[in-house]
Amino acid sequence: MSARAIRLTVNGVAHECTVEPRLLLSDFLRQTLGLTGTHVGCEHGVCGACTIMLDGDSVRSCLLFAVQADGAQVETVEGLGAIGRLNALQEAFHTHHALQCGFCTPGMLITASDLIKKYPLLSDDDIREGLSGNLCRCTGYEHIVRAIRAVAGKEDAP
Amino acid sequence: MKPAAFDYIVADSIDAAVKALAAANGEAKLIAGGQSLVPMLNFRLLRPAILVDINRIPGLAFVEETTDAIHVGALTRHHRLETSPVIAEHLPVLAEAMRHVAHLAIRNRGTIGGSLSHGDPAAELPMLALLLDATLDIASPSGRRTVAAKDFFLGALTVDLAGDEMLTRIVFPRLPPSTGWGFAEVARRSGDFALAAVAATVSVADGVIKQARIAVTGVDETAKRADEAEALLAGQALTSERVDAAIAAVRAGVTPATDLHASSDYRRHLVGVLAGRALTAAWARARGDGA
Repeated sequence: MSARAIRLTVNGVAHECTVEPRLLLSDFLRQTLGLTGTHVGCEHGVCGACTIMLDGDSVRSCLLFAVQADGAQVETVEGLGAIGRLNALQEAFHTHHALQCGFCTPGMLITASDLIKKYPLLSDDDIREGLSGNLCRCTGYEHIVRAIRAVAGKEDAP
Repeated sequence: MKPAAFDYIVADSIDAAVKALAAANGEAKLIAGGQSLVPMLNFRLLRPAILVDINRIPGLAFVEETTDAIHVGALTRHHRLETSPVIAEHLPVLAEAMRHVAHLAIRNRGTIGGSLSHGDPAAELPMLALLLDATLDIASPSGRRTVAAKDFFLGALTVDLAGDEMLTRIVFPRLPPSTGWGFAEVARRSGDFALAAVAATVSVADGVIKQARIAVTGVDETAKRADEAEALLAGQALTSERVDAAIAAVRAGVTPATDLHASSDYRRHLVGVLAGRALTAAWARARGDGA
């Protein structure tokens, strides 16, 4: 099937590539661009590990084809910060022990960024609801909720 | 977990999309948000020769008010419906239902036209289209037609769309005056498909129900209206006896499946409980003693 040329910006860097239509955006990021921070778990939109920002909205990169991202602005976990200059949310994950094995962390960080942007997150229940599409098998979620709470602000009443 | 190869066409207009469908003789699929389609491609449950991408068609994502209806473009994403002030003001039951549709990352991408065209028997949007007596505008190379939601859902994942047809717009009539609403759902996890869900509206005049509408999902081959329960309520005040009678009628009117998640008996029980809650909330709102 005929490959197509695409142009897109990933973490502020412009790329021009030729891709087969069936290439998932998740595989494009990891294998074509070498950005392995985006993790691939279930490949059918359930686990949330591959969540990235597409034009400012969190989306599953395993449910998009790279050809569909032609012209798009993509942000992955690599765009949030780096060792030595973590962003506030990454710092909070560090401080609150919000990761153990780290597999879910890129998706958690991107999801949390979008939740903080779009919802008031007045209660921890709102945060838990917002994280319900991201699976973590290590932490029991509690520390992830605390990390997001630290950045989102308002605490639950004691 | 990788899709089979396909050719990819970007449609820049509705006409281009339906012509591409017609030219492919049933070998093409439309892709909008892709939140149901791409998992099926990744599992190779579907192997279309061609994907026709409608995401770049201008003017297909909108929420507009007219004097008698709210018009929603087929490419409108779930998150936009969830947060639209127009939907919140005029169709609050739809706004409430959107909070139960999957997760933010799915709602950012998934579309109303895609959800209705997919026709999942446990999804919320088919239930809301039925509840609100929506009409659906459909385009094909030979013209346009309109179908009522009640005639659109034919079976599990089966809707009244020919191979060269595309859903373009959903028209929701405004709610009548003095109408309250209720929505109740149980899913195994937040954002999962419903084990059962019920949406209801109750329109009140002179202290009695002028019209009750009840729609259910997750408990039959498709979402459906509970016609017999609705008929029991017309002209009545909502007493606890009437609620019980409506619950019994809702349960009698569905044929739930047994699967890994729940038995048929449990789903039948559950849909009755949820119908009671939705009706009670709708009645209270209609009378102004809820909010």
